[in-house]
Amino acid sequence: MSKEHEQGMSLIVKTITRLTVGLILLYGIYIVSHGHVSPGGGFAGGVIIALSFVHLMLAYGKEVALSKLPKQASSFFESMGAIMFLAIALLGFTGGYFFLNFLSKGEPFKLFSAGVIPLYNIAISLKVGAGLFAIFVALVLLKFESEKK
Amino acid sequence: MLVYLLCLLLFSIGIYCILRKRNIIKIIVGVIISEYAVNMFFVLVAYRMEGRSPVFSPESQIENMVDALPQAVVLTAIVIGLATTALLIALAMRIYDKYGTFDITKIRELRG
Amino acid sequence: MILQSTSLPLFVVLPLAGAFLVSIAGKKIKAFPDLMGSLTTFCVLVLSLVAVRTVNVSGVLVSSIGAWKPPIGIAMVLDGLTAFMLVTVNLVAFAIAVFAIDYMEKFTSKWKFYTLFLLMLAGMNGVVISGDIFNMFVFLEIASVASYALVAFGTERQELEAAFKYAVMSTVGSLFILLAIVFLYSYTSSLNMADIAGVLLEKGTGNIVLMISVLFIMGFGLKAALVPFHAWLPDAHPSAPAPISAMLSGVLIKSLGVYALVRIFFSIIGLTPEISSILMSLGVLSMVIGVCLAIGQWDFKRLLAYHSISQIGYVVLGIGLGTPLGILGGLFHLLNHSLFKSLLFLNSGAVEYSTGTRDLKKMGGLAKRMPFTSGTCLTASMSIAGIPPFNGFWSKLIIILAAVQAGRYGFAFWAVLASLLTLASFMKVMKYAFFGQLRERWSQIKEVPMLMRLSMAFLALLCVLGGLLCLPQFNQIFLEQAANVLSEGTEYASIILQRISQ
Repeated sequence: MSKEHEQGMSLIVKTITRLTVGLILLYGIYIVSHGHVSPGGGFAGGVIIALSFVHLMLAYGKEVALSKLPKQASSFFESMGAIMFLAIALLGFTGGYFFLNFLSKGEPFKLFSAGVIPLYNIAISLKVGAGLFAIFVALVLLKFESEKK
Repeated sequence: MLVYLLCLLLFSIGIYCILRKRNIIKIIVGVIISEYAVNMFFVLVAYRMEGRSPVFSPESQIENMVDALPQAVVLTAIVIGLATTALLIALAMRIYDKYGTFDITKIRELRG
Repeated sequence: MILQSTSLPLFVVLPLAGAFLVSIAGKKIKAFPDLMGSLTTFCVLVLSLVAVRTVNVSGVLVSSIGAWKPPIGIAMVLDGLTAFMLVTVNLVAFAIAVFAIDYMEKFTSKWKFYTLFLLMLAGMNGVVISGDIFNMFVFLEIASVASYALVAFGTERQELEAAFKYAVMSTVGSLFILLAIVFLYSYTSSLNMADIAGVLLEKGTGNIVLMISVLFIMGFGLKAALVPFHAWLPDAHPSAPAPISAMLSGVLIKSLGVYALVRIFFSIIGLTPEISSILMSLGVLSMVIGVCLAIGQWDFKRLLAYHSISQIGYVVLGIGLGTPLGILGGLFHLLNHSLFKSLLFLNSGAVEYSTGTRDLKKMGGLAKRMPFTSGTCLTASMSIAGIPPFNGFWSKLIIILAAVQAGRYGFAFWAVLASLLTLASFMKVMKYAFFGQLRERWSQIKEVPMLMRLSMAFLALLCVLGGLLCLPQFNQIFLEQAANVLSEGTEYASIILQRISQ
């Protein structure tokens, strides 16, 4: 029992997780990529993406989730998201001012429209998804350290 | 009017929790409750009678819409709340690690 | 060289970019965080000096983010007061970034320190430069959250306790500020500061504005550690690493607390006699109680922390008087306090670096082994105690003169008394820490490394030369510009709205 417990939850949970986790991740990506035409966007999508990894960690234990997305990688992606956001905003200076929407706006309610807004959404989703997962991992790992003592 | 008063009640419960409780976790819960009360109050301020959600869509004509700005602003406030809460919980865990208790009356090394 | 209105976001963007670059590359490249920290703060310092010139040449600048015109879009405003605060914040931040290069060696993850430090700097610059009240709240929270983490940076028992206390109290303060913003929005239907001020002038002020004022005083009073709300400061400031104590005491409580308080009460709501007397009473209370509590302290940094409360009292008293001379004195004291208090905290850090203790009773005779630290500490002590010709003397003199001129003899008396008590407590510091017999156990200690000395010398030099700002030539371009913004009061609305429509 205890050995099984270390590796995660029961078989039922693991099976369901295996079937759903990909869908959750995909749904997060959908929310991010359609952020400029429907409700949602970078933040909501990022949270869903982070939750898919949290789900994995809850069901299979921390080793499996951390092998998919190591701690260093999540903190790297988090900073990368912020840098990307700033870089896109700073690129606006080429046309005159900060946060300039320098790409063509396209036709409303199409996937490829709204200029740089989808790019901002992707940057935000990276930042939020990686950041939220990093917070979760930090709290979980901290707890295990103190239990070891 | 009643909803505003209920918001005030929720805020007061949160503040009471922060001021009176001894357990660190309960204090954090108090912070969260009062935070949510303020956020909810902000959203309620934006409500218009019979208004629909402030999302533009090609199909329907927009006639009566709730104020969109506070909803965007509250989202930011919630994110800030998330950051603060995460930090507070991390601090609480570290404190438990060092002191072995959650009771603030026993965690009093700094005074004067 | 002057700034364009489109380049105002750089004050926030540069530290933010620095912070995230450090967090990506800082772990692998050893020298990168040090270099990035100093370089970023230096660039922002240069920019803010340019900003002072810009204000003198072309007046108020308003930048609309993403070309959305205020009041719909978010605005960033550069006026005299903003330029003044930017110089104050970035001057201290630069000196501290240089000091931290050697001091932070003893901590393991230095890059995390620089990330949080630059985030905090971005937050403070944002608070100062923002022209939108909710944006100001967001930047305020960025700076606060970074500072909670920095107070707990050592993760020892006392630091965690102090950080938790600070985080909870400061969060409650933020909640009051947010609640006040909600009320203000529901009354005026706007978040742009100039627009709010305009609507308030039009609609008149009712009971709801009174409630908003009370909430703002509670919220920003907590951030600025005015006396009934000061309980977190003496724990939090000494627990942080010395550069961060200097940052927190030197500029954080001023940009988050005092600046935001005066910006809202002078420029947006408008100063009424009641608010003015409340501010003055809070100022005098902090001034006297802070210094009385400070005298009995034996922990070097804790003593300095109590003096921060006392000196903030001077600033709030001066500005609260509401007369042009009082405002000038208050702002001048704000600048001076950020210089000498950060210098004193850096001195305490230097002493701790060499001896490993903060207890004044255990020190003694350090002047023989650390002549440089004791020299700069003497300069700063004389500045804070108000001895001519150092900068602290001039600003205290102006505040006391302004109080007498306004007919507030009682307040002037308390200000003089608090100044004398300050002198007494710093004589104690000098006597126990630096003068007297050198103890046996300290006979082998060394003076601190070069860069730490350099940054202390920089601040000490500014303390000595600070008095020159009283001269009309400098006064006109720097302090007067800032004081005028506050003296104009709610004219702010029409000035900004006019700039927007151009």
